[in-house]
Amino acid sequence: MTAPTGIALVTLTKDIRLEWRSKDAINSMLFFALLVVVVFSFSFDPNAEESRLIAGGLIWVAFLFAAVVALNQTWARELRNQVLDAYRVSPAPANALFLAKAVGNFIFVVVLEALMTPLFIMFYKLRALGPTWQLLPVAVLGTWAIVVNGTFFAAMSLRTRSREIMLPLLLFPITIPALLSMVEATTTILVGDPSMSAKFWIVLLATYDVVFTTGCLALFETVLHAE
Amino acid sequence: MKKAFPILGLLTAVLLSYALYEAMVVAPREQTMGDVQRIFYYHVPSAWTAFLLFFINFVASVQYLVRRTPEADKIANWIVIAIGVLTCIGAYVIKPLPQGMYPSSVVTTGLAVVGIYFLIKKYFSEQETDILALTTAEVGVVFCTVVLVTGPLWARPVWGIWWTWDVRLTSTLVLWLIYVSYLVLRRFSTSGQTPVLAAALAVFGALDVPLVYFSIWFFRTQHPQPVIGGGGSIDPRMLHVLLINWLGFLSFACLVCWSRYRLERLHRDVEETLALEALLEPRSNVR
Amino acid sequence: MNFLYTAYAATWAIHIAYLIILVRRYSRLKQEVDELNKKTS
Repeated sequence: MTAPTGIALVTLTKDIRLEWRSKDAINSMLFFALLVVVVFSFSFDPNAEESRLIAGGLIWVAFLFAAVVALNQTWARELRNQVLDAYRVSPAPANALFLAKAVGNFIFVVVLEALMTPLFIMFYKLRALGPTWQLLPVAVLGTWAIVVNGTFFAAMSLRTRSREIMLPLLLFPITIPALLSMVEATTTILVGDPSMSAKFWIVLLATYDVVFTTGCLALFETVLHAE
Repeated sequence: MKKAFPILGLLTAVLLSYALYEAMVVAPREQTMGDVQRIFYYHVPSAWTAFLLFFINFVASVQYLVRRTPEADKIANWIVIAIGVLTCIGAYVIKPLPQGMYPSSVVTTGLAVVGIYFLIKKYFSEQETDILALTTAEVGVVFCTVVLVTGPLWARPVWGIWWTWDVRLTSTLVLWLIYVSYLVLRRFSTSGQTPVLAAALAVFGALDVPLVYFSIWFFRTQHPQPVIGGGGSIDPRMLHVLLINWLGFLSFACLVCWSRYRLERLHRDVEETLALEALLEPRSNVR
Repeated sequence: MNFLYTAYAATWAIHIAYLIILVRRYSRLKQEVDELNKKTS
């Protein structure tokens, strides 16, 4: 099974199995996101009208911070016991490893989002006035945008001092267009103003995903082998 | 070569003084905004210089990455030539051009891009390309800081607010953030391959720029805000003063980049010497 | 009007601050080079 997809699949199942047994990442992410939601609840006590305007931003900020928690420990596991060095020496293409890690992180964050969304709806009395189905592509494309760049920058920050700070420092500026798109799309859908459409934001998110997935796949090998 | 530096220094001083005089005295007083509008003559050239420097950083980073493999290098050459050719053709074929663009300026920009790429390729070795990338990023951040400081100082008296999520100002802020993160990566990286990582980040940053601009542009069309810097046509006398100031700042940027470049070269030579010394240390000293 | 002068002054303040940083780094490097020269001679 030396085809790239085969290797990616094997690595992915390994990561998921490890995560399922320890539940490290998911637990810390969940707790962190919950903390963010509760603290924001104390500072805003919105009625249904206001909450629709601010919820988009709040939700994505909470998910972003939680995702960073997961991303930070993406490669940490590989560093112990020199597993990363073994990957570099093996003939497996670096892209397969990257895809496996990125998809793994994507799954973890999506699970988090699925668990947190009902809580958000409850706390902020949310009810989407626009086309609710559009929230799905926003969530999928948006999460992938954060995760693909996050996995790449996590690999980059492996060889820096203050590793945990470097990741958000590198990630946040680059993801600003994606974040803006996610937040605006979500707000547009929640508010349901007929004159505005989330379609532009979704297309922008898709473009962002294509551009940066290509970039990450092209440059990951270089980053992996940087000693 | 050594003589050129003081000559450039003198030229810069003269140009900048003359440009300041032009901006303060010669340029006509703006009708609606008054004298505060003169900030424009420092704000805009600083922005153009910063963008140019960041562009050179992008080219240098790309060069550093592609020169590691001969095949990638060849492909990159052809892509750059293709960009130049397409720009020249597009300038005359695409009608109508977006507002403010003329075929001649598009062609000049296209040829300038190709020219910069091949000039850097010719005159800078692989290591020197990396130093060039670092230099232009640092000086670019300095100029970008000037833009972000003069912008609000202009906005406050004219619109009564310090900041607005205006397309250009916000895009500049994001650009500033991206390049500051680039410099932080350079500073904090403990790997011997820092140039490679930094180059990859620079490429990502450059890819991000159009996306940043479009996202904020659309955000602004949905939530209209005052525009800093104004749009539309410009009084030819003001244009003249603007260009003089830009020339002055470009010359100044050259001077600063040159100094920074030499400083970095010296720094790396010293590091190499220290490393060699440590290697060649006589055994009796090493316990 | 004050804003105009502040803006121009701020521009040069930022540039001069950066140049001072460069000069300081240069003098530190010069020191190191002199030390190295002393060691070898």
